[in-house]
Amino acid sequence: MNSMYTDIRIRKVKNVAMHLLMVILTLIAVTPLISIVGYIAIKGYRVINWEFLTSLPAPPTMDGGGIGPAIVGTVKLVGLASLMGIPTGILTAIYLNEYGKSGAFASSVRFVIDVLIGTPSIVVGIAAFLFVVRPMGHFSLFAGSVALAIMIAPIVARATEEILRLVPDTLREASYALGVPKWRTIVSVVIPYATKGIVTGLMLGVARIAGETAPLIMTAFGSQFWNKSIFEPTSSLPKLIYSYSTTPYQNWIDKAWGAALVLIFMVLMLNIIARVLTRGKYSRLG
Amino acid sequence: MKEKMEAVAEQKIAIDLYKNGQNRKVMEPLFRWTSLVFAGLIVLSLAAMILVMVVESWPSITTFGIRFIWDTAWNPVTLEFGALPYIYGTVVSSIIAILVATPISIGCALFLTEMAPSWIRAPIGFLIELLAAIPSILFGLWGLFVFMPFVREYIQVPLNQFFGFIPLFAGEPRGLGMLSAGLLLAIMIIPIITALARDVISAVPSLQKEGALALGATKWEVMRKVILPYSRVGILGAVMLGLGRALGETMAVIMIIGNRPEINLSLLEPGQSMAGVIATQFNESIHSLHVSALIEIGLLLFLVTFLLNVIARFLIWKVSGGKNGVRVVQ
Amino acid sequence: MAKDMLVQDLKAWYGTQQILKNINLKIEKNSVTAIIGPSGCGKSTFIRCLNRMHEVTPGARVEGKVWFDGINLYDPDVDPVQIRKRVGMVFQKPNPFPTMSIFENVAAGLRLNGFKDKKRIPEIVERSLRMAALWDEVKDRLHESGMSLSGGQQQRLCIARSLAVEPEILLMDEPASALDPIATGHIEELIVELKDKVTIAIVTHNMQQAARIADYTAFFLHGELVEYNQTEKIFTSPDDKRTEDYLSGRFG
Repeated sequence: MNSMYTDIRIRKVKNVAMHLLMVILTLIAVTPLISIVGYIAIKGYRVINWEFLTSLPAPPTMDGGGIGPAIVGTVKLVGLASLMGIPTGILTAIYLNEYGKSGAFASSVRFVIDVLIGTPSIVVGIAAFLFVVRPMGHFSLFAGSVALAIMIAPIVARATEEILRLVPDTLREASYALGVPKWRTIVSVVIPYATKGIVTGLMLGVARIAGETAPLIMTAFGSQFWNKSIFEPTSSLPKLIYSYSTTPYQNWIDKAWGAALVLIFMVLMLNIIARVLTRGKYSRLG
Repeated sequence: MKEKMEAVAEQKIAIDLYKNGQNRKVMEPLFRWTSLVFAGLIVLSLAAMILVMVVESWPSITTFGIRFIWDTAWNPVTLEFGALPYIYGTVVSSIIAILVATPISIGCALFLTEMAPSWIRAPIGFLIELLAAIPSILFGLWGLFVFMPFVREYIQVPLNQFFGFIPLFAGEPRGLGMLSAGLLLAIMIIPIITALARDVISAVPSLQKEGALALGATKWEVMRKVILPYSRVGILGAVMLGLGRALGETMAVIMIIGNRPEINLSLLEPGQSMAGVIATQFNESIHSLHVSALIEIGLLLFLVTFLLNVIARFLIWKVSGGKNGVRVVQ
Repeated sequence: MAKDMLVQDLKAWYGTQQILKNINLKIEKNSVTAIIGPSGCGKSTFIRCLNRMHEVTPGARVEGKVWFDGINLYDPDVDPVQIRKRVGMVFQKPNPFPTMSIFENVAAGLRLNGFKDKKRIPEIVERSLRMAALWDEVKDRLHESGMSLSGGQQQRLCIARSLAVEPEILLMDEPASALDPIATGHIEELIVELKDKVTIAIVTHNMQQAARIADYTAFFLHGELVEYNQTEKIFTSPDDKRTEDYLSGRFG
């Protein structure tokens, strides 16, 4: 009797101890986020001003100068990649959910999408180098965009397909029953219903590629100047953060933190807006 | 009655007035084939990627054969290339990451699904998902200037002081090195594993849990004896996806691992990763055999992550009942 | 301009499972024909075969002939999409397009089909809503979402949406099963009024409903048409023992 009593007590103590441990583990998981955002906000805030955001870079030991070309470069890279990758992703998702369904080809496309999403970005960088840089003979913004497009297309395809799967069949049937052809049903009934979810997927995809660095090293390369043509190399925020932070010059390191603040602001805003958008109807799919 | 008559009189105006009677013959196949072509484009891009990488690494594959994997020489001047130091760096840092991240992630997932009151569940889940969205270069920057000094002072120095006699923790604590890289990777993959493990754990039928609770089990006992065994396979899948991410990570590792192609037993010593050597040497390589060897490393990296992803997705697919429902944050 | 429809040797499958066996039936014009039977008897599948909606489901297959206005719907030359403009359908659960307003819902069949005479759309929308006995309730809020209506109103909106493309036959798949008794009453009244303009075939699991509104009734069991006759005849002196058993509640 007595031994059973202590047994329960030990079990209860153990129960509380394990609960406590889990709280601690959760804190350990969350602390880095706060630390990263906090450091970038504080250190970045000190260097950010109008000149910093709009000027050409200055040499290492000189004051002034900024990261203008890197911001513009990142926007152009991501924009061009989105132009190529987003339509590809959405049309692929339409094919998968509306036409291919569970057929053999559709299943293999889904498998390829999973493989591409899991492929290390540096490998995509090598591929884009071999596809674009080597035939053209030089680094370019275009090559960087190709790498990022290969990354965003499968992300968008998978997110969009999950959203399209949530569109009730009753809506498609209601449209068919009016004699509306399938393509028009997709364009005017299915897509409008899924717009919010699709936009969310796009924003998460854009946020993901905006911070990619590794594939840009061997494609877009980097530059000290404003990018004038997509067939020239370009500076970008992630690449600039990498280059500046690994130098011994304090003012470049400071600028790396400033650039980091700009980048994290872009990425987190996209994420937060996307997740606020999906509250409610699509909450499972954020 | 008058209204009815009008309705009848107006019947049959419609059919010939619709444009898309004729349009449809063009639009229907056009739409179907366009979407099919773009889906094909995705498949083609992967096929082309694999093809060019095999072709371009062929010189290296034929020159060094299988010994590429265990040779330690890496000399762009004498054109001797062996990838072992990089494979070692990638594998060891990833193992550290998995060993550290797995228990934390499972604890965090259990907290989020089983313990946390709902008002805290959403914000913490939100924070974890945001952590997954932070670009790796920012982990690298933070790792270099904030995390690395912290690791040196509070982890490496004590480890070395008390366990320095074990070869794993021998040597000078300098911050940069395998251990720091592994820990930074752990921080990066915790959100991925947590988010997936959370989905897997919440798929455990509540009947199972309630049954155990009704028998007088404490909540922890339910977790250990019911939830964890039930979701074991799915969690394993989540861990493998996290491992895949760690193996392929480039920027954060470059900035903190030390970038020296050495094989040291001590975790305090520097090393270099597979992705890292590609990123740092690719643009500087002059000889085509050097490029070819770097691409072969990329190909190896691709194959390993490919296999991990296939296995992981199969495991997760199995536990989620064959549905495509489990979301992957990457 | 309502039309009749003649069903000849109709068979339907889902995958390898045969749902309908040799159905022969004539749906009379300007009348209401009720399809009754226990659940799983194939009654929904049957009316989905009448505007070629059955084949929308993957794995579904149909054999046989359905004659409508001198053409066989299952003739290889017939375009199912064109057929569905002339044979409309209302579903079990109200399914207005959630992204569209009340007005746009009714106009959807016209707009999405590229109706050229755009100026006539408001007029057709009003007429359709009037026919569906919904006009007075929604005329002041045509630009609100269709989802803002009650369940019964939503179903009448769906009926108006079907009527806007001026079908000659309207198929209804248990249109009142998701509605409360009052809304059901409205729908039933509406169906009786509509038969002057359009032939109606309605699936229902509610025998009283069939008795109230239908001119003809067909009783389905296990994918077979057991009995078809005037409603009065079916409900007072059915020829088949199985019909009698079903109607007296002995099974199903």
